[in-house]
Amino acid sequence: MSVQASPTLFMAMAAAAAAAARSDDITRARVSRRDARTYYGGWKEMWALVMWRGLRAIPSGRRLFTSREAPQGGRVTAEVIEHLERLALVDFGSREAVERLEKAIAFADRLRGVDTDGVEPMESVLEDRCLYLRSDNVAEGNCAEELLQNSQRVVEEYFVAPPGNISFPKLGEQEPFSHG
Amino acid sequence: MLGWTLREVSAALKQGQITPTELCQKCLSLIRKTKFLNAYITVSEEVALKQAEESEKRYKEGQSLGDLDGIPISVKDNFSTSGIETTCASNMLKGYIPPYNATVVQKLLDQGAVLMGKTNLDEFAMGALGSDTGGSTRNPAAHCGLVGFKPSYGLVSRHGLIPLVNSMDVPGILTRCVDDTAIVLDVLAGHDPKDSTTVQDPVKPLMPSSLTDVSKLCIGIPKEYLVPELSSEVRSVWSKAADLFESEGAKVIEVSLPHTCYSIVCYHVLCTAEVASNMARFDGLEYGHRCDTNVSTEAMYATTRREGFNDVVRGRILSGNFFLLKENYENYFIKAQKVRRLIANDFVNVFNSGVDVLLTPTTLSEAVPYLEFIKEDNRTRSAQDDIFTQAVNMAGLPAVNIPVALSHQGLPVGLQFIGPAFCDKQVLTVAKWFEKQVQFPVIQLELMEDHSSVLNNEKLPSVSL
Repeated sequence: MSVQASPTLFMAMAAAAAAAARSDDITRARVSRRDARTYYGGWKEMWALVMWRGLRAIPSGRRLFTSREAPQGGRVTAEVIEHLERLALVDFGSREAVERLEKAIAFADRLRGVDTDGVEPMESVLEDRCLYLRSDNVAEGNCAEELLQNSQRVVEEYFVAPPGNISFPKLGEQEPFSHG
Repeated sequence: MLGWTLREVSAALKQGQITPTELCQKCLSLIRKTKFLNAYITVSEEVALKQAEESEKRYKEGQSLGDLDGIPISVKDNFSTSGIETTCASNMLKGYIPPYNATVVQKLLDQGAVLMGKTNLDEFAMGALGSDTGGSTRNPAAHCGLVGFKPSYGLVSRHGLIPLVNSMDVPGILTRCVDDTAIVLDVLAGHDPKDSTTVQDPVKPLMPSSLTDVSKLCIGIPKEYLVPELSSEVRSVWSKAADLFESEGAKVIEVSLPHTCYSIVCYHVLCTAEVASNMARFDGLEYGHRCDTNVSTEAMYATTRREGFNDVVRGRILSGNFFLLKENYENYFIKAQKVRRLIANDFVNVFNSGVDVLLTPTTLSEAVPYLEFIKEDNRTRSAQDDIFTQAVNMAGLPAVNIPVALSHQGLPVGLQFIGPAFCDKQVLTVAKWFEKQVQFPVIQLELMEDHSSVLNNEKLPSVSL
């Protein structure tokens, strides 16, 4: 740090480093000690000031792009796990996968810190343009053979699936965390 | 020869200094020598040689198709290529042979380009080095000393690009110099009736002009991009670049993009949600991997998807489905869409205030060694490395990485220029001026011959880029 740094700043950095070591979002906070001194004048002044302010902001965690907060989200319930596995038709497979989801939720929870009052959701950056619609004429097709070639199980012009009226077993009825 | 620019090679082909077949053979030879890098999933040797022969015929008859005729190209393995296996580096699409070419692939082939093969990627392009949905044309370009260009969303067709995040995906271009990028971009840009997210504006030529006077230029330096995690070398390079513009008469000012710190979180929610939707098509019925179980449709889907997807992909599908649950939709998905608007507006406000182009780092540091890289899990890694490139995808803006210097370890470091939407030519113009000032050294490929024989004797873990 520059020689002008206050003891508070050093303490903040130490606290942040300790928190970073604990948190899963490990970032390498390499701070050049010379920087606050080197730049001056106009946008260069900004450089020094931002470095200073950025480091002082570490305890709150909000201004930096990675937070040192530990995951806050509650544990994902068995009910939710089962529901997601059924919806996604992808299984968690392990305790780690559930933890990963919990961390992902905790990470996403940071969005709560943004004030979005009166802000409309943005679906596409091209929202101000009209969608292109072509005329409703058949221009291509007739490629059934080509398409069927890619499937593993076909009979004449049908894709063949196993019986569809058997529902996916509930979590309690199958082995927990079956392996992939 | 292999270190030349596209224009130089094209000129050599026209003058008969080298034939397309010779050039193709040279490339194939280099691909063989560098096999240990695992850069190619599929090398389309027969196809390439055939295309090279056809190109040669055209040159002999004086009928070359243009600057790209006979030029070897490679295409990332999430672009569909007719008759050539396209896997997205996933078990799920192992053996999948598309019956059609992606529009961008078709456009390049129509110009006579020679397809060497399909290059490797993180499964379904979900890693920190994925396709340009979050920066992974620009990030690898920065680490490898190349020009990596991300066009404006809507300029280039995504038809045939296996989608990750439909509202952010963009085909990216990697070349040695800005002019080469412009040559390729001119071929690729334009409305595609098969992709309704391409804009219908008539395409103007995108070749950058040769700027001599930057005194009318206003360069913005976003203060939120000056993070403590930025390596001192990248910071120094960024600072020197800003100095350079200022000393040549440009106006260089500090600007603010206040919602930068939320871009990775916002992306995380939107990406997993779109992924959950996009991956739903992989059920084993029409194409791709299918498991052996035949008990029921649902069981077959579940087992197929477990076998076909790796942990990262499955994790994202599950997260995405979580955020899209009825009880979570408003608080996560809609919220993220609102934050996306705020991020996009940040850029609009900055460009409306008179800034022409933003100058930022592309990556936090030079490339991290493999052993250190694998210590972090994928989400953490993405969260860190995409910080400078991600917001650009959310806003759909054009951006380019220009290689600037070598670090103390001898690894490339680059900087990024970001422009307003559909000002791709402007971004390339500024980038071209900067490239000329910087004179980044050309990569010496011939030196690799010495290393490959040494490394072939060791057992290297296979690295997927």
